[in-house]
Amino acid sequence: MFDFVSFFPRAVMQGIPLLFGSTGEILTEKSGNLNLGIPGIMYVGGISGVIGSFFYEQATKGSAMNGFLAVMIPILCSLLGSLLMGLLYCFLTVTLRANQNVTGLAMTTFGVGVGNFFGGSLIKLTGSEVPSIALSNTSLFFKVGLPGGNAGWFGQLFLSYGFLAYVAIIIALGASYFLNHTRPGLHLRAVGESASTADAAGINVTKYKYLATCIGSMIAGLGGLYYVMDYANGVWSNNAFGDRGWLAIALVIFTIWRPNVSILASILFGGLYIINIYLPTPGGQMAVKELYKMLPYVITLLVLIVVSLRKKREDQPPAFLGLSYFREER
Amino acid sequence: MENKCAIKMENITKRFGSVVANNAINMELREGEILSLLGENGSGKTTLMNMLSGIYFPDEGQIYIHDKPVTIASPKDAFDLGIGMIHQHFKLVDLFTATENIILGLEGKLDLNNARKKVQEICDRYGFDIDPDMKIYDMSVSQKQTVEIVKVLYRGADILILDEPTAVLTPQETEKLFAVMRNMKADGKSLIIITHKLHEVLEVSDRVAVLRKGEYIGDVMTKDADQQSLTDMMVGHSVTLNIDRPMPVNVTPRLKLEGLTVFDELGVKRLDNVSFTINAGEVLGVAGVAGSGQRELLESIAGLYPITSGSVTFYPPEGDTPQEMAGKDPMDIRRAGIAMSFVPEDRLGMGLVGSMGMTGNMMLRSWRKGKGVFLNRKDPEALAQRIWQELEVVTPSTNFPVRRMSGGNVQKVLVGREIAQQPSVLMTAYAVRGLDINTSYTIYNLLTEQKMKGVAVVYVGEDLDVLLELCDRIVVLCGGQVSGVVDARTTNKLEVGALMTRVGGGAAENA
Repeated sequence: MFDFVSFFPRAVMQGIPLLFGSTGEILTEKSGNLNLGIPGIMYVGGISGVIGSFFYEQATKGSAMNGFLAVMIPILCSLLGSLLMGLLYCFLTVTLRANQNVTGLAMTTFGVGVGNFFGGSLIKLTGSEVPSIALSNTSLFFKVGLPGGNAGWFGQLFLSYGFLAYVAIIIALGASYFLNHTRPGLHLRAVGESASTADAAGINVTKYKYLATCIGSMIAGLGGLYYVMDYANGVWSNNAFGDRGWLAIALVIFTIWRPNVSILASILFGGLYIINIYLPTPGGQMAVKELYKMLPYVITLLVLIVVSLRKKREDQPPAFLGLSYFREER
Repeated sequence: MENKCAIKMENITKRFGSVVANNAINMELREGEILSLLGENGSGKTTLMNMLSGIYFPDEGQIYIHDKPVTIASPKDAFDLGIGMIHQHFKLVDLFTATENIILGLEGKLDLNNARKKVQEICDRYGFDIDPDMKIYDMSVSQKQTVEIVKVLYRGADILILDEPTAVLTPQETEKLFAVMRNMKADGKSLIIITHKLHEVLEVSDRVAVLRKGEYIGDVMTKDADQQSLTDMMVGHSVTLNIDRPMPVNVTPRLKLEGLTVFDELGVKRLDNVSFTINAGEVLGVAGVAGSGQRELLESIAGLYPITSGSVTFYPPEGDTPQEMAGKDPMDIRRAGIAMSFVPEDRLGMGLVGSMGMTGNMMLRSWRKGKGVFLNRKDPEALAQRIWQELEVVTPSTNFPVRRMSGGNVQKVLVGREIAQQPSVLMTAYAVRGLDINTSYTIYNLLTEQKMKGVAVVYVGEDLDVLLELCDRIVVLCGGQVSGVVDARTTNKLEVGALMTRVGGGAAENA
């Protein structure tokens, strides 16, 4: 029997890292930067938070941890780590005008490498038997949900998540409002649609690209942090983050660049990601489960096909996506 | 009753490298008038206006706005002074609505409702006909232009500069634009319209200022001017260039054009019933103001432009049976054994591959000659070496990317390659545009040499002095029609100038 009340919260928790990632990437892409480094940036966001909380836990060994610091230190470390990644990407693609695809892919490889390097180092430091770091104390602070989280099906479905989950939804709604109802949002979309037009209108293209990409990276980085601290109960092990970064990018296309749509879509993707646990395995063939895991990518492809067929201008990627802008080039 | 000056330019000079684009220009725009800035292509009209809109900065001279000396260092400065320029190429975001485009780049809280109201007010006031909520990608060219004008007005401009606004409009749309311009003038705005169409000048403006080759020739009140006097001011008196021009020998018809008619992708007629003959052993000049169908003419002969009706007949030098070329693509034409060379206007776009060296570019003409899948590199390399030596191309090696050569050297490579094909027809478009005097003469001599070898040479040019001294006959195009074919040895500048603008030749409407 399919147990929705137990399935839905797990889908949401799978979806939240994707929501952070896709909101960040949508903001970035609206500035015309195709940041394929998002998987790496989310990875760095995760490990940076782990490093921060690791040292805080070490420092407070034995005594009680301050709840505020236990939360703020990892968050600030995570933001700083992903900000540095965003700055590096901007410097390469905006200032030096390097190819965005190549830079992004390199950033992903680099980010995963950085994460695994520091992850491995920390595991060595703890000298533990298993190849992972457990930050369970910090995790407890991240998992503080809303009151009534255990009360009945309503509480379980809507109130049981750690605070970062609600932050993700607020950020997505905020990003949506920002893009569609504010002047900087209009300017940002203009930069992504036609950088030369924006430039002629007196909009500082470089500033918008830097800001959108860096803020987008920081938002995406929080996805990595949420994954470790909340979803994985504070346990970091190398490569556990998996392909969630790529799913976040697929989600950007799936939502046709709309952060508010992404809230529901990320839960859908999260659900598809784990649905193999809830579906029967025909004939006991475990390999079939791997097929279920393909579902998010398959429906992303379907959305791409449908959107391309409809040819609606509003549903297309920003027109200057992937192009670097240089005023004097004609 | 002397009006106050909205703009006064004093001794404005602008140089690009060694080229003087504007030389000590003194010009003024009075408040509440429409001034036409008239001149041929390359006479420096747009450069001059770009200094007002903050795109270029003058090397010398002083600009006064409303009698106050000012410095215009950026487009923003120009906005702040109330100067708005509507460029030929629109700067609009396709995906946005008219209103969103109009307020783009402004400060303050985003209030689309209020902005929409203000846009509607401006439209009502001057008689613009656009829907503020329409997306740009749904708009016609004329509507996009309207959005650009409203954008400038929205920012409070009281001086408007329109750069060839009618080039993209139909006659009806042009009428509408002129009506709007008159409304703006009645509202106290001052306007400058850049154009080279005389009948428009006479129709819409109060005063005409004429530029020629970067010099300010003078101004006249429109009511005291007519097409003839304006043409004289625009083309000026003949200058002797001393281009060597031997008498043609063995002139025989090589290409016969009959009733050639073409339409562009928007369905606008670009060539209208064009008929003339191109002779072997002769340089045939093609004159006309820019956009009169020169490009379409050459490209339809070369098989690059779809021909709607009419015929292009080729008479081979050996006296074989004539061949029809219309409807063939460049490959068919080559297979039919017709040796045609084409030096296009856009050298690095259509003629050469910028990132390849001379050898690679030579290969574009000969890549089919290798054995199987392998290229023959030897012959192109030899040809590149020959052109390098004979035409004195300045380049470090035959593998140096042509994009990084100077314009003159690029043109030598292109012309050298095309001549090396031993063509029976050689077509050139603006072959000396942007070249210095020496290189220009090299090109003239190369063309004359080809003519004496019995090649049919077509020279599309913009400088009448050169056309008159280089060519044997000149075909004049006006609005896609042939307005006359004249003997270059006996005609003069005024006659050609008059044909270009169709004085006495009936209605000259742009197609």
